[in-house]
Amino acid sequence: MAIKTHDASSTRKPSPAAGGGTRPPRPKANPLSGLAHAALALWGVITIFPLIWTFLSSFKTNTEIFGNSWSLPAELRTESWGRAWETAQVGKYMLNTVIVVSAGTLLTMLFGSMAAYVLARYTFPGSKIVYVVFVSGLAFPVFLAMMPLFFVVEDLGLLNSHIGLVLVYVAYSMPFTVLFMTAFFRNLPTSVGEAAMIDGASHTRTFFQIMLPMAKPGVVSITIFNVLGQWNQYLLPLVLLAEDRDKWVITQGIADISVIAGYEADWPGLFAALSMAIIPMLIVYVVFQRQIQSGLTSGAVK
Amino acid sequence: MRRLREYGFITGFLAIPVILYVVFVISPYVQAFYLSLTDWGGVSAFPSFSGFSNYTRLFEDEVFWKAVRNHVLLLIALPLLVLSLALFFSFLLNLGGGSKGGKLRGVWGSKFYRVVFFFPQVLAVAIVGVLFQAVYRPDEGGIINGALIAIGLEPIGWLTEPSIAFWAIIGVMVWQAVGFYVVLFSAGMAAIPKDVFEAAALDGAGRFRLFFSITLPLLWDTLQVGWIYLSIAAFDGFALVQVLSVDRGGPDNSTAVLPLEIWKTAFSYSEFGYASAMGVALFFMTITFAVLALRVSRREKIEF
Repeated sequence: MAIKTHDASSTRKPSPAAGGGTRPPRPKANPLSGLAHAALALWGVITIFPLIWTFLSSFKTNTEIFGNSWSLPAELRTESWGRAWETAQVGKYMLNTVIVVSAGTLLTMLFGSMAAYVLARYTFPGSKIVYVVFVSGLAFPVFLAMMPLFFVVEDLGLLNSHIGLVLVYVAYSMPFTVLFMTAFFRNLPTSVGEAAMIDGASHTRTFFQIMLPMAKPGVVSITIFNVLGQWNQYLLPLVLLAEDRDKWVITQGIADISVIAGYEADWPGLFAALSMAIIPMLIVYVVFQRQIQSGLTSGAVK
Repeated sequence: MRRLREYGFITGFLAIPVILYVVFVISPYVQAFYLSLTDWGGVSAFPSFSGFSNYTRLFEDEVFWKAVRNHVLLLIALPLLVLSLALFFSFLLNLGGGSKGGKLRGVWGSKFYRVVFFFPQVLAVAIVGVLFQAVYRPDEGGIINGALIAIGLEPIGWLTEPSIAFWAIIGVMVWQAVGFYVVLFSAGMAAIPKDVFEAAALDGAGRFRLFFSITLPLLWDTLQVGWIYLSIAAFDGFALVQVLSVDRGGPDNSTAVLPLEIWKTAFSYSEFGYASAMGVALFFMTITFAVLALRVSRREKIEF
């Protein structure tokens, strides 16, 4: 069963035809519709309200924040945003995250597609084993590997470095990427690639110039999946970048700011930092929402 | 010669991914099993073999059992809450719009609702944790308690009350996950061929009958995938509990989860051997559950 999420947004709902005279048509105005809207709107508010509230709280003073949470800020103070960006280094954390996630996703997709292509299209002794070993990684909880991983990275001299973190991200994104890209390459028609080979293109060239572009829909979905997954990472940076604050990523940074806000009593700064972390995601989401929804749910559908 | 070139190509393409995977994924997992049989960090500075002593200690560890209980609770509560809410909302979105000329419609603005509901899914869990610290604040400054005080009720210590704290954390998980499953189920519903509904409607089936007798059974595959996803999530909870809970797993270990205990045992107390044993326990729980889930949920597949 293949489900494409963008179909969900464009296709109308399943609409059974009229009862063909076997029963009278239903009344047009339906009380259920009103209740449905009420329930949906309620969940919509529950979803959105904490985010709007965070944004508004960044303009409050400490006193206002400790006062009634449902009151609005008396005036729009923006100093907290400056403090969060400069002193609390949200800008730096954000930049670090962009660097790590871009490099991580790019390399994940490159190496993941290469491995998947070979595993999907070539038979060689041990190809099945390699595939199974890659995919079985999905079943292992990362927490089991955490301590030995720390020492592996330390031994390689890559602790507290972005390179180390990127390589670890790439390695841990392999199972999912290989699983889905292999399925994708298997379903592509063989004739085009074979024609290119007959025309004298090398294996490598056939992959980069013909097969990879043909797999674009799969590449886009899995890229989105990996970008969000790596952006979301908290455990790995916590373990692998612990000692170098200048290299921290945004999840680490925000969690730390929330601890610091406790004893420095800069609550507006915390809310500003939170808003800064949320707003870029909101913009990216609004622009790419269809691709993101289909990219994330594609993982759930074989 | 051609065969040789092909093997050269295969090796070239597989070398880097396989090396990265073996160095950073396979070797740590293998080492973890060995480390769990050593007393590294506990008694000695180097790993020396200590048999199953870590495991016997594990069986007597109260916090470990507390964490296991929490995972069992999550395993039951999380899929139940998320899937039923998501089914309810996707039912309303796709079939709740009343009927016009005998056709069932989705509610007005269903696309907008889907976009809104899904958004929390793209936020990082650690950031959501910090956000809900503010939502759950024990005083008037928290969103929920501010509202409770405004209508004259006593504020509730969402995160400080041991009997409530873990439920408060489950609440955040549900908040974040529901939208994803609404989108997933909506896609599943859109993929059900219309003539199935038409035939049933011709036979006089009402909206609820359509939902329970057609939508739900045909959505079974998707539902099953959702259930397995959420069950796997039930063995995690690290980022949220680490950021959100009082004392990282508190109060009084009431929100302890294994991943967090492993992290604390390894990186705060430096007991690598013991932490690895916890990791192995977590691994076996996950695997046992995954196998069981696949067995139990296997059911006649309906082709359409």
